[in-house]
Amino acid sequence: MNSIILRTGTRALIPVFLFVALMTLWRGHNDPGGGFIGGLLAAICVALIEKAFGVAQARRWLILPPMMIAGIGLSCAILSGLWGALANGWFLSSVWPLYANVDGKWEGLAAGSILLFDSGVFLVVVGVVSAILFALEEAGVPESRKDEP
Amino acid sequence: MQQTVPYEAGPWRFLPSAVMAAAFAWFATFLPSASAGQTAELVFPWVPTLGIDIAFRLDALSLLFSLLITGVGAICFLYSAEYFHNDRRLKRLLTLMVLFAMSMLGVVLADDAVTLFVAWECTTITSFLLVGFDHHKADARYKAQQALLVTGMGGLALMAGLIIMGTVAGTFRLSEMADFAGFTSDPLYPAMLILVLIGCFTKSAQFPFHFWLPGAMAAPTPVSAYLHSATMVKAGVYLVARMTPMLGGTEVWSWTLSLVGATTMVVASFWALRQSDLKLMLAWTTLMGLGALMLGLGGGGYYAIGGAMTFIVVHAFYKAALFLGVGLLDKGAGTREVGELGGLRGAMPMSFIIIALAAASMAGLPPFVGFIGKELIYEGALHATTEEIFVLTMAVTANALMVAVALVLAIRPFFGTFRAPHAAPADPSILMWGGPALLALGGLGLGLVPGPFGALIGQITEIVRAAPGAPELKLWHGVNGALMLSLLTFALGGVFFWGVPQLRAALIREEDRVPDSAAVYDILLNAMRDTAAWVARTTQNGRMMSYLRVTFTTLALMVWGAIFVGAGAVAQIDPDIPLFHWGLVIAIAASLSTIIFTGSRLVAITALGGIGLAIAVIYVLYSAIDVAMTQLLTETLIVVFVAVAFTKLPRAGTGALRIGDAIIAAILGLGVTFALLAVLGSGLEQDVSAFYLEAAYPQAAGRNIVNVILVDFRALDTLGEVAVVLIAGIAALAALRAGREVKK
Repeated sequence: MNSIILRTGTRALIPVFLFVALMTLWRGHNDPGGGFIGGLLAAICVALIEKAFGVAQARRWLILPPMMIAGIGLSCAILSGLWGALANGWFLSSVWPLYANVDGKWEGLAAGSILLFDSGVFLVVVGVVSAILFALEEAGVPESRKDEP
Repeated sequence: MQQTVPYEAGPWRFLPSAVMAAAFAWFATFLPSASAGQTAELVFPWVPTLGIDIAFRLDALSLLFSLLITGVGAICFLYSAEYFHNDRRLKRLLTLMVLFAMSMLGVVLADDAVTLFVAWECTTITSFLLVGFDHHKADARYKAQQALLVTGMGGLALMAGLIIMGTVAGTFRLSEMADFAGFTSDPLYPAMLILVLIGCFTKSAQFPFHFWLPGAMAAPTPVSAYLHSATMVKAGVYLVARMTPMLGGTEVWSWTLSLVGATTMVVASFWALRQSDLKLMLAWTTLMGLGALMLGLGGGGYYAIGGAMTFIVVHAFYKAALFLGVGLLDKGAGTREVGELGGLRGAMPMSFIIIALAAASMAGLPPFVGFIGKELIYEGALHATTEEIFVLTMAVTANALMVAVALVLAIRPFFGTFRAPHAAPADPSILMWGGPALLALGGLGLGLVPGPFGALIGQITEIVRAAPGAPELKLWHGVNGALMLSLLTFALGGVFFWGVPQLRAALIREEDRVPDSAAVYDILLNAMRDTAAWVARTTQNGRMMSYLRVTFTTLALMVWGAIFVGAGAVAQIDPDIPLFHWGLVIAIAASLSTIIFTGSRLVAITALGGIGLAIAVIYVLYSAIDVAMTQLLTETLIVVFVAVAFTKLPRAGTGALRIGDAIIAAILGLGVTFALLAVLGSGLEQDVSAFYLEAAYPQAAGRNIVNVILVDFRALDTLGEVAVVLIAGIAALAALRAGREVKK
């Protein structure tokens, strides 16, 4: 696809998309959102880039291979579980190092093992969706015109 | 010209041997206490709710095997370190051998049936890797796979047998099972017996599973010496001995063991004479030894059991020494073919002495310990509870053939005209012949001074028989039946040796006509491959539409099956719903009929998006904001994906196929609808929702309950789902790339 409108529009939209996706991930614990929804938003952003600039450009933009991103995501989720196991004695229990329950109200920075876990979900969704999308695009292209090494 | 420096392994290569020697010494300290009937235990809880522990127990029986594993292990590891001195694969070999030794120790020390099974399987896997050590050779790979499949199948049978035993006895601890007397009267006794014995017979290469053992000679010589003389093949014998107090003592037990043991013994002795490769000859005599052990254990009397236990040691000593001795010949003279060797006693004196001493013990000559073992087995056969004549005939024939094989081993390579492939054959270094020499001399020493060793054997006999009474180990029992049988054996052995060339010729001639269980194995293996290929060809036709039909039909059947089996009251549909909701229903129905009746693919996809949007609105109406967001975003992505795959989508069926698809869709759709109504009608448990509502903020610091459930309360589910997403991604990539390769 070679549309100047789409390309220009995409350039403007990328930061907005990413900001919304990360915000959704961050606020997910208390308001609608979370790692899965944030991941889908980010995946749509990747799809937009792919449509506007092509698979090779989208791969470059992601820097890491998409399945590696997914793998890192799964590792994050497992690590957060181990963190819980080390801190509380059972796998995947929540740890809030900077967040404390003061008289029934939580105060401090809401970052901990749960956020790590949710980020893991986010990365898996982005990675897998991008990987399948790229592979689908490339499956349609004849071998000689494949735009990756 | 540049000369490559040959690889030379550093001093680390002696480490495994040293560790084994230390372990041997440590186990030896238990000798006095174990001989007096004391035991040592070590227990770690593993799955306490199921009564499964990692439990180890050292009694006299375990101690005997532990000493063999570590003692012969130390010698074989030293030998390997020298044998593979200039081979880069030495590290791998020693690592595997040590892992194997540890698994074996696990088998003989385990006091928990599950621990035993796990260790048992570890020996199967490590021995598979060892037999296939030369994995660049197709033959070695085939033989390793054969050993793995046969013993692995036996392992599965054993697992089933042990689980039945554990359930019947109510405990998985072997020492507690031994005190449980109800096995033989249980209706499941035949099942336990057959399953456990299949495990033991496959592992100890009993007829008709014996063929994998000669095949396993594809392994390097030190491996064969270790696995196929002292250790792995004895695991089945060990387990039969261990199980005797629990499952033994019945007619069917002693008959099965006697028949199988005797058949193995005689079949193996004849085929041993047919071999021209010395190592293969030894492999077949090992089968004979294992058959003799089963026969002895089947006898049940204290002479028979004591004889079998003595013979385990006898066999380990002479067989390991012989295997290693043949390795010396191979290394020093260049071949293991008996026809190409001769007159080497002057050039390779140490090899000659070792093989001659070991062969004398194998033939059962006095004063070697082999004589004591054989006398006890004859004595046991004379007192056999089952058919004495049959057992005696088999035992004498097999032993006479052993004498003939021993004569072949000790005479053919060392006397007669001098011939060898190497120009100047010579003994390898003392590091190589020292170990086997120790084993060969041990066979002599134990024969001369059997006393201390007799105490251990006596204790084991009492454990296995679960009754007092033990045979006395001594060289001279006086002129009795067993001595007469020994003399008869020697005479017959001489005759057989004299007739070896004719016998060999006859065996080679008849070889093709004798039914062979290895051929049955090949037929079964090929049948399995063909069946798998047929199943794959018929079910995997590569057409998306037929996969979808199968998947959806199966799903429909399952849903309706569940409804018919389990559905109680079905929830009533409340007709009094707001007008706006009716609007959504109409929108969905309109989109649906558009999809069904439109001729354009683009229109159909757009209409499908319409249904998705309407469903998202329903979620919003019922305040499931997170679900609605997910639904909307997924719909968006689906549009992107469908757009990419647009031209590749399969065509919808026409005519009868289309009607068939419509029927599948209708049945599945109605099924899901009914299932949901039935779920609602069953009266949902509200406690769970109430708990989440109450606990989400105070305990998990989150006000978004959906998210708290996903990432905290039920995070393990989410972790599983995330892993599934990743696996699905890998599968999708593989499928897309595979299509690419086909196109090339």
